[in-house]
Amino acid sequence: MFVQIEEIAKEFGNQRALHPVSLSIPSGALIALLGPSGSGKTTLLRILAGLEFPTSGRVMFDALDATGLSVQDRRAGFVFQHYALFRHMTVFENVAYGLRARTRGERPAEAEIGRRVNRLLDLIQLPDIGARYPSQLSGGQRQRVALARALAIEPRMLLLDEPFGALDAKVRKELRQGLREIHDTTGLTTVFVTHDQEEALELADLVVVMSMGRIEQVGKPSDIRANPASDFVRAFTAA
Amino acid sequence: MSDVSFTPRAASVTTETALTRRIVIGVVMILIAVLLFAPLIAVFAEALRSGWAASLEGLASPDAQAAIRLTLIVAAIAVPLNAAFGIAAAWAITKFDFRGKALLITLIDLPFSVSPVVAGLALVMLFGTNSWLGAWLIAHDLKVVFAFPGIVLATMFVTFPFVARELIPVMMEQGRAEEEAALTLGASGWRTFFTVTLPNIRWALLYGVLLCNARAMGEFGAVAVISGKIRGETTTMPIMIEMLYNEYLSVAAFSLAAVLALLALLTLLLKSLLEWRYAGLLAATRRH
Repeated sequence: MFVQIEEIAKEFGNQRALHPVSLSIPSGALIALLGPSGSGKTTLLRILAGLEFPTSGRVMFDALDATGLSVQDRRAGFVFQHYALFRHMTVFENVAYGLRARTRGERPAEAEIGRRVNRLLDLIQLPDIGARYPSQLSGGQRQRVALARALAIEPRMLLLDEPFGALDAKVRKELRQGLREIHDTTGLTTVFVTHDQEEALELADLVVVMSMGRIEQVGKPSDIRANPASDFVRAFTAA
Repeated sequence: MSDVSFTPRAASVTTETALTRRIVIGVVMILIAVLLFAPLIAVFAEALRSGWAASLEGLASPDAQAAIRLTLIVAAIAVPLNAAFGIAAAWAITKFDFRGKALLITLIDLPFSVSPVVAGLALVMLFGTNSWLGAWLIAHDLKVVFAFPGIVLATMFVTFPFVARELIPVMMEQGRAEEEAALTLGASGWRTFFTVTLPNIRWALLYGVLLCNARAMGEFGAVAVISGKIRGETTTMPIMIEMLYNEYLSVAAFSLAAVLALLALLTLLLKSLLEWRYAGLLAATRRH
């Protein structure tokens, strides 16, 4: 799915989280929103998901206005920063949640749900953990389960909020590769938020550098390295 | 430097000496025995002073029966309503940001700080014959003061904070992420509530409901004012106990008191039983 953000602004009370920003996300791209905390990157991601609504501006999905579309109708697979797995459900039930939440007409049969969940657990290379509870998993495993849960709804795009933020360096590297592979397999338009410039430049097709609620530069990692558009971009990506 | 010597400590720094520990534990034990346990024993002893037959006879009187029935019905109405209101209040406070939130949190505690007698009087003023609301109610043949609805209202007022107070800290700590996750997965608001929010708060909710229930059955002050103490009609168990006691019907009074105490103990037992039964599940679903 191809996404256009047109002059989106967001205010929380008197505070301006996003100045009007515009961005085009090509279908099937892997995009990083890169910036320090308070740069508005997470707000932008949540607006795409329908978890926040912009003060002004429009969001277009495949050239159709999606600005007023509810979070349920957007079908955006969202991976939360601390994964937000349902702690009282097994891994299997976590992944099946989105399928069970469908209306009766669209809900797959129980056998089909089981098949799909197992296929997703295979995809994240954790085929045997369906019966466990989130509290019994490592951080990296939780992150992958959260990814499987988001993929289960057959999303139109994948949104990840600091997906590797809470993990140690070694696991982070592995999962980075894992995300790249899953993106390439599914072909989903994917947007992830990070404050780690190395992660953004290494993983993404297109990097969006943000600061103070504004987009500073959009470009391929090589462009951003070679021709930083501002002092901020130069300083932030050199770090 | 050689005159500085370290004596190695056997225990960790947070552990007090054996003597201190014994004194503290002993004091607590004595306090519990004197303040909590002894009075309870006294109630049961007094109830059974003239034997089982006498106390059962006291309980069998129509007035006592009516009081037990009234108390159970009032609790059966007030507790579920307060559970629902408590969930709604906790939900509003923890999941939304709005003006006047701090005021709302303070107001929820109001029934704890206001004397129940004052609450009862306030309800009499509000629904009595002297107010326009009371006049309207009487014109439409709806009796609140000195009647069943008044007792339910007074009980609800007094027990309002229990559920909300238990839920707010738990829901604060859990945040909104799991609900948001459910919404992004396509679940409706109600489905999210029943499949994510409610299971996450069920222990706090249960605890709040049980405390609310114990207090609802035991409430005296507010109900005493608004019920008018009409024997056999608006007397709940605590009121009936006081009336019997004032009439020197000591065995009957203490028998009824023992039943009330038993209901409270049953509530606590139920809570412990559930905690024990689901201990494993509780540990597994605790915070990540």
